[in-house]
Amino acid sequence: MSAHSVTEPSPASKWIAGILVGLYAVITLIPLIWIISTSFKSGPDSISYPPKVVFEPTLEGYVNLFTTQSRPSAEDLAKLPAPTTWYDKITRERGMIISGPSRFGQRFLNSVIIGFGSTFLSIFLGTLAAFAFSRFKVPLKDDLLFFILSTRMMPPIAVAIPIYLMFRQLGLSDTHLGMILLYTAVNLSLSVWLLKGFIDEIPREYEEAALIDGYTRFQAFYKVVLPQAATGIASTAIFCLIFAWNEYAFAVLLTSGNAQTAPPFIPTILSVGGGIDWPAVAAAATLFLLPVIIFTVLLRKHLLRGITFGAVRK
Amino acid sequence: MMKSLYVKGLLTAGTVACSMGFGTMMAHADEKELTLCWAAWDPANALVELSKGFEASSGIKMKFEFVPWPNFADRMLNELNSGGKLCDLMIGDSQWIGGAAENGWYVKLNEFFDKEGIKMDAFVPATVTGYSEWPKNTPNYWSLPAFGDVVGWTYRKDWFERPEIKTAFKEKFGRDLTPPATFDELKQVAEFFQGRKIDGKTVYGASIYTERGSEGITMGVMDVLYSYGFKYENPKKPYDMKGFVDSAGAVKGLEFYKSLYDCCVAPGTSNTYMGEGIDAYKSGQVAMQMNFAFTWPGFEADPNVGGGKTGYLVNPAGPGGEKFAQLGGQGISVVANTDNMDGALGYIKWFAQKDVQDKWWSMGGFSCLRAVVEDPNFTKSQPYAQTFLDSMAIVKDFWAEPSYATLLQASQKRFHDYVVAGNGTAKEALDGLIADWTETFEDEGKL
Amino acid sequence: MTDTPADRLARATPQPVARRIRGLSDRAIAWIFVAPTIFLLLSVNIFPLIWTIRLSFTNFAANKPNAEVKWVGLRNYTRILTDADTWANMQTTAHFLIWTITFQVLIGFSLAWLINRKFKGNDLVTTLIVIPMMLSPAVVGNFWTFLYQPQIGLVNYAVEFLTGIPADSFSMLGPGGWARWAIVIVDTWMWTPFVMLICLAGLRSIPDYIYEAAEVDRASKWRQFWTITLPMALPFLMLAVLFRGIENFRMFDLVVLLTGGGPGDETLLASIDLKREAFEKWRTGYSSAYAIVLFVTVFGLASIYVKALNKVKER
Repeated sequence: MSAHSVTEPSPASKWIAGILVGLYAVITLIPLIWIISTSFKSGPDSISYPPKVVFEPTLEGYVNLFTTQSRPSAEDLAKLPAPTTWYDKITRERGMIISGPSRFGQRFLNSVIIGFGSTFLSIFLGTLAAFAFSRFKVPLKDDLLFFILSTRMMPPIAVAIPIYLMFRQLGLSDTHLGMILLYTAVNLSLSVWLLKGFIDEIPREYEEAALIDGYTRFQAFYKVVLPQAATGIASTAIFCLIFAWNEYAFAVLLTSGNAQTAPPFIPTILSVGGGIDWPAVAAAATLFLLPVIIFTVLLRKHLLRGITFGAVRK
Repeated sequence: MMKSLYVKGLLTAGTVACSMGFGTMMAHADEKELTLCWAAWDPANALVELSKGFEASSGIKMKFEFVPWPNFADRMLNELNSGGKLCDLMIGDSQWIGGAAENGWYVKLNEFFDKEGIKMDAFVPATVTGYSEWPKNTPNYWSLPAFGDVVGWTYRKDWFERPEIKTAFKEKFGRDLTPPATFDELKQVAEFFQGRKIDGKTVYGASIYTERGSEGITMGVMDVLYSYGFKYENPKKPYDMKGFVDSAGAVKGLEFYKSLYDCCVAPGTSNTYMGEGIDAYKSGQVAMQMNFAFTWPGFEADPNVGGGKTGYLVNPAGPGGEKFAQLGGQGISVVANTDNMDGALGYIKWFAQKDVQDKWWSMGGFSCLRAVVEDPNFTKSQPYAQTFLDSMAIVKDFWAEPSYATLLQASQKRFHDYVVAGNGTAKEALDGLIADWTETFEDEGKL
Repeated sequence: MTDTPADRLARATPQPVARRIRGLSDRAIAWIFVAPTIFLLLSVNIFPLIWTIRLSFTNFAANKPNAEVKWVGLRNYTRILTDADTWANMQTTAHFLIWTITFQVLIGFSLAWLINRKFKGNDLVTTLIVIPMMLSPAVVGNFWTFLYQPQIGLVNYAVEFLTGIPADSFSMLGPGGWARWAIVIVDTWMWTPFVMLICLAGLRSIPDYIYEAAEVDRASKWRQFWTITLPMALPFLMLAVLFRGIENFRMFDLVVLLTGGGPGDETLLASIDLKREAFEKWRTGYSSAYAIVLFVTVFGLASIYVKALNKVKER
């Protein structure tokens, strides 16, 4: 086919399309850039009017995010020895002292534990189920698969009340284990459907050969199918992780001091004076968004498949 | 073999994450630890400092869980309700006391007080009624008054004293610019400042509570309504609200609040509570600010509005000369679910001592101990001390019923709908409120 | 039942091989592999759903464990269905649903159509555009309240800059009727890429030879768009609408953090109202009935829609 086939858009229309889409990309990314830039602003700069585009960058927001601070009286402050570290200096410049670490680190760690824990579990269970659905004769297979899919359609609100009661009864409220199990259950539908699609694509001949060579079913699964499905597993894992990472409704309901994740925590970051500390909020948001943005870039080839439960393959 | 390596890496990461999760779950508080739950605000930071004295004397390590105000009630009630073991001590809001007592969330403290010789009449009476008693006005105590708080006003004394502003005010209204003593005067002053240029910046009249999500607008509206003659119920017949909640005075009061919102607040303040009020006041955006007394020590220390630039006002009087203020503040209670009952009670015993309470006040904690606040030097100790004392003498509080959250949701909705969204009339809002509250009390079997 | 590849494999596997698997038959392995998933889903979805239905006929309150629980028959349901507020919240939800989907479909499809010109760098731009939908709705909602601040926020500033309307003269999240549009804007910002991606897949699935044939028939580009592009991408578009519809019906986090349902009740979506009833007012029985009503609504609407979708696909 020649470069100027009838279905190939003309160079002019390509240019126009490129400019329009580029324009949209710029507009849509402004809020994101604004978050990141606010995280490097000082308190007064962040709420100045008109909004400041050019400003002197500072790590104040990040220091505030990771520490709790108090404001000593002027005479107490004068008595203190000179600050030794860079973060002490930043704090002291505003007449404050650091009184300890904040909760953000712990909340972030909770997000990591619950996110990775539930991702691992949903991938583990999902791979087994997907393999069984793909390779074996399972009674009522289509019904079961539809049942698994339909659980994702269920509004969380319809089951939130009994889950709350159940967790209370079983002592799972505000525990990592409880949240891992819950997120695993929510993610399982996605992981089964996606992984089944990926495993379906692996030719069966390899396994058959392995079985004839004397491998057991488990060995064939572990040594032949799993390595072949690695890319699919990795991208499914990232989708599960992103969900568990971003989830808010259940987290706000079922966690508090012990297992609270970052999403319910970030909107409640306040400055010492009681107002909202926007640079610190922005810093938290930036740190929290960073992994997701990286994953998005890594995932770009599988994006479509993931968000549509494998219904659309590119 | 990159791929299988990848899978193995993933598996290991998952296993590690899982075991970490279980590990954290298993770790639990021992006898030598106490967790105190409160709101995340300035006084809480002061309490951390104060508690170092307790740690030193008892050998118990104090841990703290502070939740920001907008989520405080939501999360802590959820915590108590789900039987969580997070908190040993709770400095819970005054309105929770009914539910906490009836559902057995808090330990009843009467016996403990008797044994340790802690007398409730050693505390400011309004705080005992407000924070400790359930049923109200009976000697059943569920907490020790910990932090006295009340809604009052701050104003920019430095602006009020500027000659050019004074002259302009006198020209316009024919009287001197003084800190308002009635709500009508307050509105006049607010209108005067609204949109005025001060030091090249546009400023606005006042900051008032308009928050929708938790309790903000109710606290603000009630603070005004009390002085206009609003009453929750017939004093002679409990839960009889007709003619009290929607009395002619109450309607006028609500209309006043709306007119204040319409004329004299900064743009975009449709969802303002304590934090936003602090920001607006500190940044020099408003001339007057409605807020709880806990914010005052922060203003004194602030480079922009501290050091004599701020004046403190008791709630102004209503049209009939009546003067009331919305109670805030909390008592400290022992959570019934605690594993460390002795430690928790020990903390309260320690906290009730006179010298600890003295120190509490000096650090910005509003002590409720009469020996502290009735000390002759008390009123001179801080510029706001007298205002605080006067305000605490005229407090009223919202329902403290077990169903307070439902009652509060109804008033949040009705008030926000009328004041901010501008739907219907004040009378309709209050009548709707009576209907909502009646339904709640009927569901409770109290009507 | 049709002959699946698995069946063929099962037949192809020599009997002795199957026996050697630690004494487990294929069927047993299948069950061991599937059972944990089914068990977890039953206990976190179906069992709670049945429990919700049960609770919906009682006056149970989760914050009063000592109170007597009574059967109240259909009273919770009649109260919900006769309550004017419920209908108002449903309308708010409908407004949110209809407009977010309209904007997202229009913008999303246009973007996909443009990106399908395969201009240089279209892969990179697509990846960038997609980022908002991967973010946490809670963090997004929280931060947009900052962008919407009349005095310091970027949105009002941009409006003043572009149109000259003073920034402090209006408030997107305040009174004046803007709030219900403010939430539509944020949701559109976040989820347009989703619709765009699916549309893009649809457009790329149209084989070139169809256009070539149309070209031979001298059909205008305009006609090609209406007779080939749109009809063939329609099933994909409808799939996107289904996903967005279900998601936005149960949407909670973004709007709660943006407006908390205010001003007044202007942005009080049914799902936010439900959360308040269930976990702030603790009317557990009543809110269970509410949850069931919402569940039936979304399930009913989705089923009708899926039927329509299948019809379109068959064409």
